[in-house]
Amino acid sequence: MMDSGMPQSCRIDRILRETQDTFSLHLSGRGSETFLPGQFNMLYVFGVGEIPLSISGDPQQKDLTVHTVRNVGIVTGALAGLRKGDCVGLRGPFGSGWPIDAAEGNDVVVIAGGIGLAPLRPVLYKLLANREKYGKVVLLYGTRSPEDILFRKELESWRGRFDMEVDVTVDHAMADWRGSVGVVTSLIPRANFDANNCIAMICGPEVMMYFCALELLKCGLDATEIYLSMERNMKCAMGFCGHCQLGPKFICKDGPVFSYDRIRDWLTKGEI
Amino acid sequence: MITTLEPILSGHPFFKGLPEPYLKLITGCASNARFDAGQKVFQSGEQANTFYIIRNGKVAVEIFVPGRGDVTIETLAEGDVLGWSWLFPPYMWHFSARAIDLTRAIAMDGKCLRTKCDSDPALGYELLKRISSVLMQRLEAANMQLLDVYGPRK
Amino acid sequence: MKIIERSDFSLLFAVLKSKGFIIIGPTSRDGAIIYDDIQSVEDLPAGWSDEQDCGKYRLRRRNDEALFGYAVGPHSWKKYLHVAEQRLWSASKNGSDLEMHPDQIVPPKLAFLGVRSCELHAIAIQDKVLLQGPYEDDFYSVRRKNIFIIAVNCTQAGGTCFCASMKTGPRVSEGFDLALTEVLEKDRHYFVVEAGTENGKEVLAAISKTEATEKEKQEASEAIDKALQQMRRTLDTEGLKELLYRNYDNPRWDHVAKRCLSCANCTIVCPTCFCTTIEDVTDLSGNHAERRQKWDSCFHMQFSYIHGGSVRASAKSRYRQWMTHKLATWQDQFGSSGCVGCGRCITWCPVGIDITEEAGAIRQSDKKGVMK
Repeated sequence: MMDSGMPQSCRIDRILRETQDTFSLHLSGRGSETFLPGQFNMLYVFGVGEIPLSISGDPQQKDLTVHTVRNVGIVTGALAGLRKGDCVGLRGPFGSGWPIDAAEGNDVVVIAGGIGLAPLRPVLYKLLANREKYGKVVLLYGTRSPEDILFRKELESWRGRFDMEVDVTVDHAMADWRGSVGVVTSLIPRANFDANNCIAMICGPEVMMYFCALELLKCGLDATEIYLSMERNMKCAMGFCGHCQLGPKFICKDGPVFSYDRIRDWLTKGEI
Repeated sequence: MITTLEPILSGHPFFKGLPEPYLKLITGCASNARFDAGQKVFQSGEQANTFYIIRNGKVAVEIFVPGRGDVTIETLAEGDVLGWSWLFPPYMWHFSARAIDLTRAIAMDGKCLRTKCDSDPALGYELLKRISSVLMQRLEAANMQLLDVYGPRK
Repeated sequence: MKIIERSDFSLLFAVLKSKGFIIIGPTSRDGAIIYDDIQSVEDLPAGWSDEQDCGKYRLRRRNDEALFGYAVGPHSWKKYLHVAEQRLWSASKNGSDLEMHPDQIVPPKLAFLGVRSCELHAIAIQDKVLLQGPYEDDFYSVRRKNIFIIAVNCTQAGGTCFCASMKTGPRVSEGFDLALTEVLEKDRHYFVVEAGTENGKEVLAAISKTEATEKEKQEASEAIDKALQQMRRTLDTEGLKELLYRNYDNPRWDHVAKRCLSCANCTIVCPTCFCTTIEDVTDLSGNHAERRQKWDSCFHMQFSYIHGGSVRASAKSRYRQWMTHKLATWQDQFGSSGCVGCGRCITWCPVGIDITEEAGAIRQSDKKGVMK
């Protein structure tokens, strides 16, 4: 597929500063092609390189592709230096999406850690756009400190809704923070959902996802009802280069979203 | 009307499975406590003779770090157990606790319980079992926080 | 089946060239038999054989003039199909605009002369990976279509061969245009030739009209059986996937790790290894950029780099990744083993690590319940 091998030029329409090291790019040029929440694109900065980035915007919005980027390396640093009107190369969308259809009729627990909220935001948009199809909707979010809370205004507005539960915690805070301090797993026992009729979607650092999955299993969810978004070194995104393998799974084409039962055996082995 | 605290204690997960006579004994050491928002629950360095079962509200466990101020280690809420230093010598608080919101709790007289545990090791065992479980969860959580998984990637 | 006498073998070259093919075949260079452009029968390493063992490769003279009396060398056909380096596309910058320039390749028509059964399987395995997944590697696809394959049945086993264990030889079964079996008798040297496709039939018809007799077919078949009997190594594939899946913590991996240099030789010579990396480069002006694809190896440290470090930082984890991928996870990914038993990884490992020995050792310790 040449069109998935070669990037398409897209223009930056808007850059939003989210936190001190995270920003969102609003791109146009993809036309009417839509995506599944959970999928990612490969973003190319001219002459610098290419990285996988989860799509973090609303799937309903036509010709608007949003990516939330954390400035941590060469390519993300180059992306951070771009201006409105600049062009980037984009190819995708790739990968499997979150089980939004399978979640219909169930309570939905969305657990995000740090930048992991970005790949889950499209899920929340979808759930809220079809609210009547789902039971309780719970969003649990953990991050490093209050300054690192992503999409804060949206979180606060969701928290204000009557048909959604939102709970936020941070790992570190000063005394002026009146919210919760502690790991995001501590929010799980307190959350209001029916473990017998529930689908959970978790995204964040691998250690965090692992402990959240354990906590959900303790609550009574089945391993087939817990979904994680995995990450490995990615180059081609099409299953050719071999870099993204996790045991027998290619993160790019078998994932990045996996139900816990499919990867649990590989997660606890080291260096896989 | 004074309502006995016994039904509240027996319904709490911390005391689940505790034999009836011990529950009565412990209720004898329990009393109601209330902290306004911002009020100190206990101060580090002070004698630790009480532990609290939080009924509602939110409490911050914090420590003063010179140059940084009061740093919140973690927050506890409804159902959580606050304080274990009452059980181990030198029975002194290592951290401070402050109510963030209006908080109601059951205060357990640790000094009284310690004496009773010394004379009845079986009671001591029951309490230690439960405290260790709380400690284990806090330790795992603290390790997670230490990993700083959301930290910079460099 | 037809007969081609040794004296008529040059006709094969003539016919292929007349059809516009460039012939790639075995030739001797720098002390090894490698694959390269060859012009005539004289370029073939007639009368040569090889001695292969763990970390050892030597050429030695035969006492006859067989054209194909050796086993596989360090090259494999992936050199021409899944090429070592290629440009995928280029791009140019025009102010803030980005212009993409796709690359179209027009690969030459190549005739592969001397493809062994293990190699036919290896090509089929790479076809599965690169053409039959959710995406198709267009460059591989275009190159693959233009190949004419002349397979050769092995009549002599190489020192490190174990194709019989992997059920990939020595007899060729499918995927060829022509298949030859070389027969050397006291006073006669000939080839029994089978056509596998219409193209193959056409080429064969232009070379020989002589039908093979039953006796000649028998001689050919016995020659192939000799290769089977000579094979020195075996790899027990019974339940191999499950065996390796439950032995990720076997101490044998530490044993290998002490020896493995992570030099990546095995992945370079392996005919099925397909991993590549992507390089984005730009010129000094900053207005012109290219993306290149190059062979890569799971033995490289940066292969599994993520979040500031490598997932597989230890040599042990990287050797384990290679071997368990080749023999186990490949089965879940592509429905077959990734190993064709060609023995190259054993021969070209500078410290002589033998994949059959490692698999055997893990199976032994698993039986003894070492990892209970």
